[in-house]
Amino acid sequence: MTRITDVTTVIRSKNAGPYELTFDVIFKDRHWYDEALRRDLINRGLIARLYGVLEDDVLSIVAFAPANAIKATIKRPLTSGDVGETDVYGAQQHAPLQTISFDDA
Amino acid sequence: MPAEDLPPIRILSTTAILGYGFPESSFAAAMERDPDVIAVDAGSSDPGPYYLGAGVSFTDRTAVKRDLRIMLTAARARGIPVLVGTGGGAGARPHLDWTVDIVREIAREEGLTGRLAVIPSDIGKDSLLAALDTGDLRPLPPGEAACRDDIEASTHIVAQMGEEPLIAALEAGADVVVAGRCYDPAVFAAVPILRGYPRGLSLHMGKILECAAIAALPGSGSDCMMATLDATGFTLETLNPDRICTVTSVAAHTLYEKSDPYHLPGPGGVLDLTETTFEQVDPARVRVSGSRFVPSDGYFVKLEGARQTGFRTVSIAGARAPDFIDQLDEIIAGVRARVQDNFPDMAEGGAQLLFRVYGRDGVMGALEPERDNLPHEVGIVIEAVADSQDRANTICSFARSTMLHFGYPGRMSTAGNLAFPYSPSDFTAGAVYGFSLYHLLRLDDPVAPFPFEMSNLEDPA
Repeated sequence: MTRITDVTTVIRSKNAGPYELTFDVIFKDRHWYDEALRRDLINRGLIARLYGVLEDDVLSIVAFAPANAIKATIKRPLTSGDVGETDVYGAQQHAPLQTISFDDA
Repeated sequence: MPAEDLPPIRILSTTAILGYGFPESSFAAAMERDPDVIAVDAGSSDPGPYYLGAGVSFTDRTAVKRDLRIMLTAARARGIPVLVGTGGGAGARPHLDWTVDIVREIAREEGLTGRLAVIPSDIGKDSLLAALDTGDLRPLPPGEAACRDDIEASTHIVAQMGEEPLIAALEAGADVVVAGRCYDPAVFAAVPILRGYPRGLSLHMGKILECAAIAALPGSGSDCMMATLDATGFTLETLNPDRICTVTSVAAHTLYEKSDPYHLPGPGGVLDLTETTFEQVDPARVRVSGSRFVPSDGYFVKLEGARQTGFRTVSIAGARAPDFIDQLDEIIAGVRARVQDNFPDMAEGGAQLLFRVYGRDGVMGALEPERDNLPHEVGIVIEAVADSQDRANTICSFARSTMLHFGYPGRMSTAGNLAFPYSPSDFTAGAVYGFSLYHLLRLDDPVAPFPFEMSNLEDPA
């Protein structure tokens, strides 16, 4: 079983402006980046399921080869800092991504 | 002079945010490399709407003064420009005045002289209401269209200026530029673009420098980074032997806080990175080339506005009883009902009562997939937001005392449900702000809305 945490160096979340939350998954080398793309490891359905949001609110999935990275962006449940906010910077929303396994893809 | 004939230009970024600090050894190493410009980004909208709305800085005055003193004294001794972007953290007039006050204080204490340009970024409400009518004020998806009330109720509204207003101030002879809200790369790109270096490369360089050594390995938000730019690319290096730049660390930073790393929209156009290459030139340095700037149809800048939405009071507690934690949703519903019953007018003025449960879903809220994995203890923040501080205090206090002694089925611990770490248990958090505007504004002229105010560093405040 290959867990995503075994083949990545960075898994993080952050605001991309006050309306969006963006996730970066950076693989440790080109091999695992290519393998993740080949298997469509990170897709709209997966992100929607991990975060309990609609697929329409998964705004984009972008692969960025220079960094061996796959990026997903979702609509924030609240505009950053609105009453009810739990994470103003959006920096601690990444943990569900750490549960991804290549065996699921 | 054609760009190919220009000598390489060196730009120093001291720290990710002015006031976050940098080692003096890194700064000294940078000075040995003879930089042409020292620049720093002083702000971000990340800390949330409060700082823009209230007109206060999220950075500490003493820490900002420490960073600025080192930068200004070195730059004036060498006769090289210093540019500070998004002064005071949010870049509105009070933030700018706060920063300029620090600059003048340093100038006085260090005997510095020179020309100081201050560039406000505040946008008047009348011009925005007019722009709303003409369609020049546009939403930034997934945000929604602005309405008149968003504009009229805002306490501060700023626009992210491009490099053009900074260039205007430099051409007028500024030695030190303190600007309001800036597109983050602008303070790093302004001098290179003024001297004829390619705009796309200058802006991409600025995009990486604005977070200083965050793009290094190991990354740091409080260390220096230097770029050397020529006509075909730029080379990034740290000034600290404990950090290096790698293709991955630099390329990864291009992803940071962006939804599409290949197309980065900014004032007047898009930075296109589809042809960008990252090359490891030696074990510690990375060269970047191929980045292009593609002008857009119409010159748009990003607007940021904040408005006051109420007053907040919070109470912090913990709970350890398994029966209490098991029934927490029902208990919270019961406490809420009791508060509403006792203060039927609570809902007036849009008062809100919130219960945050740390250990369960306090961090991720609606996005939490493991809400049902209950822990053995929880942290609880009771929060009231209302139209006056008195009302918020009342609601929070009553909810706290009600929850402390709330009876629920099977309760064993009849002496109290909550563990308070503090006395007093409740904290008045003051005014609450929300983002009212995060939109695009079309400009006829990239400079006119951001006119500089020129003075001497040594002038009295």
